Amino acid sequence: MNLSTTLSPARGSAAPRAKGRRARDPLPGFRLALGATLLWLGLIVVLPLAALAVRPWQEGASAMLAALNDGRMFAALRVSFQSAVIAAILDLPLGLILAWALVRTRLPGRRVIDALIDLPFAIPTAVTGITLATLYSPQGWLGAPLSRLGISVAYSVTGIVAALMFVGLPFIVRSVEPVLRDLPPELEEAATLLGARPWQIVARVLTPVLLPALISGFGLAFARGIGEYGSVIFIAGNQPFRSEIAPLLVVVRLQEFDYAGATSIAFILLVASSACLAAVAMLRKRAARGLVAEGAA
Amino acid sequence: MSVLIENLARHVAGGKLVLDDVSLHVPDGAFVALVGPSGAGKTTLLRAIAGLDPASSGHVEIDGRAMEGLPPRERNVGFVFQNYALFRHLTVARNISFGLDVRPRTSRPSRAEIDAKVAELLALIQLPDLGDAYPQRLSGGQRQRVALARALATGPRLLLLDEPFGALDPMVRRAVRTWLRDLHDQLGLTTILVTHDQEEALDVADRLVVMQDGRIVQDADGETLDATPATPFVMEFLGETLRFPGVVSDGLFIPADAHVSPFSTNAAEGATEALIRPHEVTLRADAAGGAAKRVGRRGPLERLAVSLGERSVEIERPVEAPPSGPVALEIAQARLFQNGKPAVEGNHPWSDASAVLADVVPEPV
Repeated sequence: MNLSTTLSPARGSAAPRAKGRRARDPLPGFRLALGATLLWLGLIVVLPLAALAVRPWQEGASAMLAALNDGRMFAALRVSFQSAVIAAILDLPLGLILAWALVRTRLPGRRVIDALIDLPFAIPTAVTGITLATLYSPQGWLGAPLSRLGISVAYSVTGIVAALMFVGLPFIVRSVEPVLRDLPPELEEAATLLGARPWQIVARVLTPVLLPALISGFGLAFARGIGEYGSVIFIAGNQPFRSEIAPLLVVVRLQEFDYAGATSIAFILLVASSACLAAVAMLRKRAARGLVAEGAA
Repeated sequence: MSVLIENLARHVAGGKLVLDDVSLHVPDGAFVALVGPSGAGKTTLLRAIAGLDPASSGHVEIDGRAMEGLPPRERNVGFVFQNYALFRHLTVARNISFGLDVRPRTSRPSRAEIDAKVAELLALIQLPDLGDAYPQRLSGGQRQRVALARALATGPRLLLLDEPFGALDPMVRRAVRTWLRDLHDQLGLTTILVTHDQEEALDVADRLVVMQDGRIVQDADGETLDATPATPFVMEFLGETLRFPGVVSDGLFIPADAHVSPFSTNAAEGATEALIRPHEVTLRADAAGGAAKRVGRRGPLERLAVSLGERSVEIERPVEAPPSGPVALEIAQARLFQNGKPAVEGNHPWSDASAVLADVVPEPV
């Protein structure tokens, strides 16, 4: 009784004020926030992409047709996508183990490792490229013993994969880490008390729960791998049809002042990457839905 | 399965002792509760038995077998975590069968046998129709029972429960408690349960192990704990306690408070504290006494606040007419402590005040 008498005058006075505004605005400043977001997104993302989509057609369809008939371009696309997929897949187990070690164990020097993981984000990619090329060159620290075993990393697709693994690893670790941190360690303890071996815990307990995060990380590493330029070109050897990546071909075309051709390749690269990322996103959604599935509907 | 623990100690980083020379014997078929305030080391002890937290020194034996160096996987103990730790990506049935599913092919029962075992356990936990549900859909009480069924699936004879009732609402708690006790008896298990709720422990367990600061303070059944607590802490932990400081002199305990009658005791002379439950007193009309007034009532009992001059205490008694005037307190029975230790050795550590009341001259105020 008391409550309603104290509330009713307030309600009465609030009603006319609310009339002027949109009645169902749940947040103050909603329009401002939406406007800022759209403007921001438009300027930073949509505008350049639109320019990219328009540019190839400005001199007629011939540039695009030429690009679509260019075997060298398709070879470059294949090299790019193949190496990006392989590198991202190889990064998955590595990233999972690293994230697990960071979250679950009290490794000495954990903070140093933690900082090191982000380093590929911070180093200029050209520096990464030169470093890796030196390391894997036939005279390098790793290249020399490997070449004695008959494995040549530098100046081949293997080298591209090695470089992409380096830049892609932090994406996996940083995607998995927060999710793993949220998982109660009791899950793993319960599994071990029930007789599960370590690999069974990874396969049956951790991986299914971490799958959406793993797919996210995979998508990010993969996307970065397709677009990666600086760290790859020094180690790849850049032989057309063999170890030439698509972004490099764009640069080659630009150096030939063939802007229409360059943007055509870029546009095709954009469409192909978008399709791949959409597929990854769908996969992740499915995996996430599997976790909250309400029985077999 | 019996459990024997000898001189177990565990340090954590920083040198803090979380288990300090703990020795405990749990015979086969016993239901023991580890009780104590948070941080007392109960869960650490439970985890040490399961092998999840390695001990710094000491010895653990399960069923006569030394556990040193044996990984948790090979100890075959059932463990129910406080947060249940159910696998949320698996159905209830697959959660329960997890311990069987992960066995190597040679010792794994057939699919049909596993399914039969799951059905049997689902019936046991009274959730026969929820095998296909996912844990998110279950209520707290149901999740808890699923966690228990999962722990029982591999047929352990020793069950370790960490705060199993912590997350349940009070109505469900009581039911689950009774059910758990029945299950223990029915399956012939040995059960060790951790709880911070002494009433729960008294209800369900045969024996209570009271822990404080990483040590076992007392290990006895509920009656013994109440009659002869080893320290004032045990007394206070087990229920509401009134403390009366005083001295023993010439075979009499003389309280420091006004309006409390002395009583005879065979404790040694010196500073002594008498600890009582709120109902272990009677009121006596005393013109020089303190005021008493009712402050609450629950069922057939009422609570009275009695003024003792400097302070006032709340006592409990069957509901009757309120005292007409000032009263004095007469302690009916008390546990006497000197320097934190029981003041009276032997079988009758508490003093029976009623016999000598007639001779007692009330303290002049």
